[in-house]
Amino acid sequence: MSINKLLIANRGEIAVRIIRAAKELGIKTVQVYSAADASSLAVEMADEAVEIGPASAAKSYLNVEAVLKAAKDTGADAVHPGYGFLAENANFADAVEAAGMAFVGPTGEMIRSMGDKASARRAAQSANVPTVPGSDGVIDDMEVAQTLAASIGYPVMIKATAGGGGRGIRVAENAEEFATLAPQASTEAKAAFGDGSLYLEKLIDDARHIEVQILGDGQNFVHCYERECSLQRRRQKVWEEAPSSALTDEVREKLCSSAVALAKAVNYRGAGTVEYLYDDKSGEFYFIEMNTRIQVEHPVTEAIVGIDLLAEMIRIAGGEPLSVTQNDIVVRGHAIEVRINAEDPSNNFAPFPGIVGEMRAPGGPGVRFDHFLYQGYQIPPFYDSLLGKLIVHADNREAAITRLTRAVSELKLGDLKTTVPLFLALADDPEVKSGNVHTKWLEPWLEANSNKLSSKGGL
Amino acid sequence: MAKHEIRSQLPGMFYRKPSPEEPNYKEIGDTVEVGDVIGLIEVMKTFTPVSVDTAGKIISFEVDDADAIMPGQVLAVIEG
Repeated sequence: MSINKLLIANRGEIAVRIIRAAKELGIKTVQVYSAADASSLAVEMADEAVEIGPASAAKSYLNVEAVLKAAKDTGADAVHPGYGFLAENANFADAVEAAGMAFVGPTGEMIRSMGDKASARRAAQSANVPTVPGSDGVIDDMEVAQTLAASIGYPVMIKATAGGGGRGIRVAENAEEFATLAPQASTEAKAAFGDGSLYLEKLIDDARHIEVQILGDGQNFVHCYERECSLQRRRQKVWEEAPSSALTDEVREKLCSSAVALAKAVNYRGAGTVEYLYDDKSGEFYFIEMNTRIQVEHPVTEAIVGIDLLAEMIRIAGGEPLSVTQNDIVVRGHAIEVRINAEDPSNNFAPFPGIVGEMRAPGGPGVRFDHFLYQGYQIPPFYDSLLGKLIVHADNREAAITRLTRAVSELKLGDLKTTVPLFLALADDPEVKSGNVHTKWLEPWLEANSNKLSSKGGL
Repeated sequence: MAKHEIRSQLPGMFYRKPSPEEPNYKEIGDTVEVGDVIGLIEVMKTFTPVSVDTAGKIISFEVDDADAIMPGQVLAVIEG
């Protein structure tokens, strides 16, 4: 079925991004919004907008009935969930399809099997994708868990099966810590996700986070190469690149092929990301999870391969086959994305839901700024702190870092505190420049370089 | 007995319990000491506890669990 009217079940910068893709495809847009987002850029840009509840996400963006009602009332024939909120809610995907609309993403069944990390791990193993040593399934008996943790070898990560975005993860250094942390993790997971199931994984020290973008239409599957997202704070990515500077062509080929094998094994439909840990020392990579949605950092991939991933996933949802074959997908240059968050890096990244002051957006060659800001906009305090993403693209990594510094310096948002000073400092750091980083690199660096993180020059 | 209003310093979402599955920190009629936590405020996914600066008895909550609040808004009233 061809899509005529797309409902966007999300907010912020990704809602703006989806509206742009839909408009270019000639598709009408319906933006749902909470009372706190009435004055948002996405609401202004969409052809129609429907208020679906109060500020609380639980009563608006996570309210399946309200979103479905808005879709029916406006005659939408497809729903794009963006990332977060309902994007990986299998029941929502099922409900959208049961209501006769297209869900822009995989089927509920695929979300269930890949979204649940224990079953995703089984799927990966059966597709011969290397996995991190860990529990083969969900564990609920604490004594069994204790024995298993010892056989995997400490340090061990305790993860919530239903978790995501770094939530619900604990690291136990020894058996004693494990005995304390595992029950806590289960309780917290039950509270946060309604599911207390846990699984265990060996902690790979100094690993890089490398992920492969895949696309599938249910029959054909391709990868769009990898992104490296090793610079993380509290397990949240802050800086993402494509391609990774750590991989040889041989490892890259093996890594990307394994992601395609997994997509093929589950007859994947839509855009997805297969996440891996990469160990520089051994050259080994390990599957960690697959995200069955578009990701925040998708623009770095769009930059290096020249494919509009949002348009591609909407077309796939409308029943079209992939518009590209693997041979069409060629990497050109290097791209970096940094996350502009409403946080004050000089004050331990405290949230700063202020008003956008006099605004100057960066521009020029190789610069893209995906955001939902306008001068005078009051940033709502109710949602996450991501204001926008600044993406630069250049011939090589060194030129991309130079361009990043140039572009970040152009961004002005008045008195608003943002993560801009962090990126100026990182872009100037010798280890970042040499690409010698891993997922545990940034936090100690922040401790040691706090003096470099205050706002200056009106930024 | 004097009435004291507990006001929010932050904009965000007010929660009366530590997590959705747990009971409320405090109920109307409960006695509180200085420093007792009566709720959480969520600002952009960061949670800050709300503690009382006066001892006494909670006589009302002026906002519901998971309500949006603005700085200066009264959250609860204590008689002490």
